[in-house]
Amino acid sequence: MSDASLKLDAATQKELQAFIAQETAQRKVNESIHQFTKMCWDKCISNVTSGRLAPAESSCLTNCVGRFLDASLHLVNDVESKRQQINAA
Amino acid sequence: MEGKKQAVIQAVQNETALTNVQELMNSSTERCYKACVTNPGASLTGNEQKCLSSCFDKYLEAFTIVSKAYGTRLRSE
Repeated sequence: MSDASLKLDAATQKELQAFIAQETAQRKVNESIHQFTKMCWDKCISNVTSGRLAPAESSCLTNCVGRFLDASLHLVNDVESKRQQINAA
Repeated sequence: MEGKKQAVIQAVQNETALTNVQELMNSSTERCYKACVTNPGASLTGNEQKCLSSCFDKYLEAFTIVSKAYGTRLRSE
């Protein structure tokens, strides 16, 4: 940004804050996609020279993402149960 | 005011896109190098180059599939 005096009115500031929040969320999504691609590539792809993705590889990748998110939820629920057990005791 | 706002928005979006591409390049290069260049010689062989290109195409496909799978899941929860 070459304009050193980026003075903005309150309304514009608010708009930009909303935009930045959205963009930050998008960046988190992008980062997750990169992590999942690396993880699921390692799980699902053995032959890198075969050209296009085979149907089995495609479904493996899709399942890989889905099951990781399920696993994450599962563990969050476990932690929540334990927390409740501790609170009840 | 509108011009400054647009300039900020554009700059931030450009940064997001650039970071995304850089990450994609780093990840794909790492995995494709590992898969294709098992015995580094004095220069890349023709086969190694072909392998790297095929691998990269495949990685892009995989990235797209993962994006779709994750996007679908996010929208349904």
